[in-house]
Amino acid sequence: MTEPIRLKTPLNDRDVEKLRIGDRVLVSGIIYTGRDAAHKRLITLLKEGKDLPFDIRGQVIYYVGPTPAKPGQAFGSAGPTTSYRMDAYSPTLMERGLKGMIGKGMRSDTVKEAMKKYKAVYFAATGGAGALLAKRVKSAEVVAYEDLGPEAIRKLEVEDLPVIVVNDIRGNDLYVEGEKKYKKE
Amino acid sequence: MREIDVKMITEKVRALCMEANTDLEEDVLQAFDRAMEKEESPLGIEILKELKENARIAKEERVPICQDTGFTVIFLELGQEVHLVGGGLREAIFEGVRQGYRDGFLRKSICHPFSRANTGDNTPAIIHTEIVPGEKVKITVAPKGGGSENMSRVVMLTPSDGIEGIKRFVVQRVKESGSNPCPPTIVGVGIGGTFEQAALLAKRSLLRPLGSRNPDPELDKLESEILDEINRLGIGPQGLGGRTTSLAVHVLMMPCHIASFPLAVNIQCHAQRHKEVVI
Repeated sequence: MTEPIRLKTPLNDRDVEKLRIGDRVLVSGIIYTGRDAAHKRLITLLKEGKDLPFDIRGQVIYYVGPTPAKPGQAFGSAGPTTSYRMDAYSPTLMERGLKGMIGKGMRSDTVKEAMKKYKAVYFAATGGAGALLAKRVKSAEVVAYEDLGPEAIRKLEVEDLPVIVVNDIRGNDLYVEGEKKYKKE
Repeated sequence: MREIDVKMITEKVRALCMEANTDLEEDVLQAFDRAMEKEESPLGIEILKELKENARIAKEERVPICQDTGFTVIFLELGQEVHLVGGGLREAIFEGVRQGYRDGFLRKSICHPFSRANTGDNTPAIIHTEIVPGEKVKITVAPKGGGSENMSRVVMLTPSDGIEGIKRFVVQRVKESGSNPCPPTIVGVGIGGTFEQAALLAKRSLLRPLGSRNPDPELDKLESEILDEINRLGIGPQGLGGRTTSLAVHVLMMPCHIASFPLAVNIQCHAQRHKEVVI
């Protein structure tokens, strides 16, 4: 296996242009958490012409609802949740400058088209590796929607969060290509 | 007649909730090892290594294996010579779940279907009770994650569909689920009974240790044939391509109505969590 690529957030066009499906990436810097309920609220704000609770340009959103942190832990177990539930909202956020999404599972064609159009990428983190991923989170603070509990939007400082590029800006999809490569008739 | 205070049930359920969510059983770890030997995808091997490392961290640091600490599914075998005292059994079990999810820092994932308001303590739990001879109580706690549960199905096949119909449906279900249920998965299959019994058989089949054979030679053969077909799909670990789409297929079967042929497929993610205790 080749060495993973190191990426520091926020991301710009140049960062995402060089990424290709199957690349292993270690993400460091600030990322934001968000699941369905939080996404719905973000989109409602935009529809009402209001500002988002954080500047989304160049940012990465991680689809995760963690366990409560134990005393002494920066963040609870934190593997990705299934991404298709965010498909309805993601294109609008990419239009506003979102550059990366971390989750698991296949995205819709509309989301893939938006990734090409707005130059954004989709990464998979290993689903179910919650304990391992939590260790890469150095600090966490709620920035919006505390009432949503595990679904609140949190600002995370991560170091070497291991992810894999699933959709690049060229329209390639590792879920499709990977299955094709290993399928036996 | 043996008297058991339900307080003891609460205590055991509390401990089992925490243990099941942090300590992956040895049979699952061994299944990862076997998968690594066969896996052809370098990325797939990396993911399997990550899963082993994750289990090690979870066990050592007593933190949840996965953030989805699940719906608390409880299998209860209640000896008919047991007299439970000190309160209601159902409430005692719920209290154990409440305490376990609070004290173990586990995620509360249960909500109202319409408003989506969280119940706040991971109750209600799902309890499957069986009355058995004897004076013991066996409690099995099996937390079930939402991602893999969402990919599960019950179908009422037609008797003429036969074994081929079963194979086709199960393999198709795994194929359509793709990366969503966090492969490598364990596929629980329930055949026969009624609509609801088939689903329960499928769920119960998941409790069998990985790597064990089905005692019924016909079902054992069926399990390996379905597993072989599934692992030719190419979905692989986390759906990124590879040989290891499922670690095992487990089948439980019982007689059905002369007009019916019920089939249930319960998909289980690789975080195959369950712990049991006998009182």
